[in-house]
Amino acid sequence: MSMPLVHLCMPPPEAEKPWLLESYRKRGGYSSWSRVLDGKLKAAEILRAVKDSGLRGRGGAGFPTGLKWSFMPSDCEQPSYLVCNSDESEPGTCHDRDILRYNPHVLIEGMALAAYAMGASVGYNYIRGEFLGEPVPRFLAALEEARAAGLIGRGLGKAKVDFELHPFVGAGAYICGEETGLLESLEGKPGKPRFKPPFPAQSGLYGRPTTVNNTQTLASVPAILQNGSEWFKALGAPNSAGTMIYSVSGHVERPGNYEAPLGVSFNDLLEHAGGVWKGRQLKAVIPGGSSVPVLPAEIIRECAMDYDSLSKAGSALGTGAVIVMDETTCMVSALRRIARFYYAESCGQCTPCREGTGWLYRMLTRMLEGRAQAADLDLLLNVANNIEGHTICALGDAAAWPVQSFLKHFRPEFEAKIRSSASQREAAYA
Amino acid sequence: MAGKTLLPVRSRAAIQESAARFPPGRQRSAVLDALRLAQEENGGWLSVPLMDAVAGELELPPIQVYEVATFYSMFEVRPVGRHCVSVCTNISCWLRGGGELLAHLENRLGIGAGESTADGRIYLKKEEECLAACTGAPMMMVDHRYYEHLSTEDADRIVGELKR
Repeated sequence: MSMPLVHLCMPPPEAEKPWLLESYRKRGGYSSWSRVLDGKLKAAEILRAVKDSGLRGRGGAGFPTGLKWSFMPSDCEQPSYLVCNSDESEPGTCHDRDILRYNPHVLIEGMALAAYAMGASVGYNYIRGEFLGEPVPRFLAALEEARAAGLIGRGLGKAKVDFELHPFVGAGAYICGEETGLLESLEGKPGKPRFKPPFPAQSGLYGRPTTVNNTQTLASVPAILQNGSEWFKALGAPNSAGTMIYSVSGHVERPGNYEAPLGVSFNDLLEHAGGVWKGRQLKAVIPGGSSVPVLPAEIIRECAMDYDSLSKAGSALGTGAVIVMDETTCMVSALRRIARFYYAESCGQCTPCREGTGWLYRMLTRMLEGRAQAADLDLLLNVANNIEGHTICALGDAAAWPVQSFLKHFRPEFEAKIRSSASQREAAYA
Repeated sequence: MAGKTLLPVRSRAAIQESAARFPPGRQRSAVLDALRLAQEENGGWLSVPLMDAVAGELELPPIQVYEVATFYSMFEVRPVGRHCVSVCTNISCWLRGGGELLAHLENRLGIGAGESTADGRIYLKKEEECLAACTGAPMMMVDHRYYEHLSTEDADRIVGELKR
């Protein structure tokens, strides 16, 4: 196998009970945070290192992390907040769950370093409600260990650092993965996204300066400080520093979470996941979670799995959730299942999304049930185009992109489905 | 705070503990935790008097509790079966038989997604969201526990073993 596996966010496979503090320390864990507590590592140095490392957000948008941190006002009146987004719910994505289960301390250290760099003394980790069974208890146990070891709390170390970290457990809503929806939820409200500006760095949780970062983003921070920005940058590809945990799901022999340097080729990643299952041919791949545009086999085969390469190919790295579809997949049915999700998860505050997502789902259902006409494909696209860019948050775009890309690459299959479903229906009534 | 409440003492203590994680006056942030605790104590669903009790405990107007209880998918505002079974049928699970798995359980239990069995034992939740176990597809969640890489036989066994 030609794909090198690296372990920054995921623990090395040989580590025993890698979620325990003792195991994390053996791997060099908390060495940077201990330097902070000893007064040897300054906030400005952390910010500089993360900026120089080229780390970009792993939650989907890929925004440069250091730049986001620098939006926080310096010397602001406390409190200001760091919030971790562990509300992992982009379809296809399941690596933050594994960070919480197997490497919770790397997240805690990453949050501590991030908060310190931004001058935030309080952090919340927003964990999705469905993680109550296993990831939440693991995170809580790690937090207790860290607290008992004097790593979390008030007046820590020689430097007398304050960092309080609290868990927050959601209750089931995809929209809370959107950062301002998440903040609303954290305030105890329905998770309806806010207009931006103001951005959270000016007015976030309780109207205070707040930065929201994804779990994997924060989990990448300790390695940057331990090994240096240049080392981190050299791991990945241009504009794509570091590693990504690729969640490879769907029609492969060995679905799994594989952490690899950004820029690994799609073919290597697919091979690592055992190739397309049952000896079948590859038809299409959604490379970054269900919201990003689908790519047909001949395009994705040429791609490197990084921000630039996938963007050039007309899709996006998104969350690194690689959804593989074999030659037997019905693209109309697949798109309808995706459309149903956005219909169900639209928070309802913007009309184009609330109404449009329902239209998309119902029109695709009509196509599968033989009640559509060829002209409906243009109408479908028209509805999608009228949602995109016309909503407060990106859920509207996320509902539109699959429709646009499925039609762009697989339109003949949709046309054929409309014809064949209609003739089957007529035959049934003849 | 009124002396009489539907909330048991231990739930009230847990709710106050949750509220203490937030700044003074921001106890509204604890409403999700409070509703979860109340729902668990009440066999899996929230009645209006129970939501009112949560409002009382957190000193919130009841509407602020109702709007949260009806927004999030993990809260139930009508009686449901004691064991909650959620079969994921989102794209990654769908590609590996999640839809067939749900149909199989519907057939076996004689109920549709969103319904509970007549004996009140099982609630088959209508699962729209992805449950973030995509590499273990198909999967289901039973009372907060994840079961992955499921065959229909596995699902039968797991559901069959649920307490009466």
